[in-house]
Amino acid sequence: MTVIANTLIVLTIVVGLIFTVVTVIGVLRLPDVYTRAHAASKSATLGVLSILVGTFFHFWFNEGYFSVRILLGILFLFITAPIGGHLMSRAAYFSGVKPTELTVGDDLAEVVERAKKEIK
Amino acid sequence: MMTFIWISLIIVIVSMFGMLYRIFRGPSTPDRLIALDAIGVMFISATALLSLLYDTGFFLDVILLLAVLSFIGTVSFSKFIEKGKIIEHDRNR
Repeated sequence: MTVIANTLIVLTIVVGLIFTVVTVIGVLRLPDVYTRAHAASKSATLGVLSILVGTFFHFWFNEGYFSVRILLGILFLFITAPIGGHLMSRAAYFSGVKPTELTVGDDLAEVVERAKKEIK
Repeated sequence: MMTFIWISLIIVIVSMFGMLYRIFRGPSTPDRLIALDAIGVMFISATALLSLLYDTGFFLDVILLLAVLSFIGTVSFSKFIEKGKIIEHDRNR
């Protein structure tokens, strides 16, 4: 039983570490604020969720302690991390950061232009 | 098992140093904000690995506290970048 539990813990933590390393590579290598926000918000969230699931399994299987606090932390991170990513991309767009030259389309620009005309 | 958790903790801390590079050399302010938010998320995973390492459940409150503080910091920083001020005294909006 201990071997199965330890295998499960190690597997989930390894998945979390892979996603964390992918986050760092994405943030350091991608050319743009928006692509970096994409890398940071999604992949970092999945990495920390997987590591927290591994911790939860350790306290449940090896210690016999069903930790509700880790579940609460997982739920909170799962809700708030996409909201934070969206807010940061929106702040970057409205503060005037230009996207890279590789960008094909910008759908938000037309909506912003229309809203400005309606206000005037 | 202990060796594996030490190695994973070291990997997470090295990832945090990579984010520090983006904070120092970021071309714009939203770049730095994104890296700061990712560092907050990585602090949470480092705390979880520390609680595995010391085999205690007392660090689990710190996870919740760090998650709440990181979210509040992200929201207030992005509002500051977008509008230039955080708390507004304008009642006719």
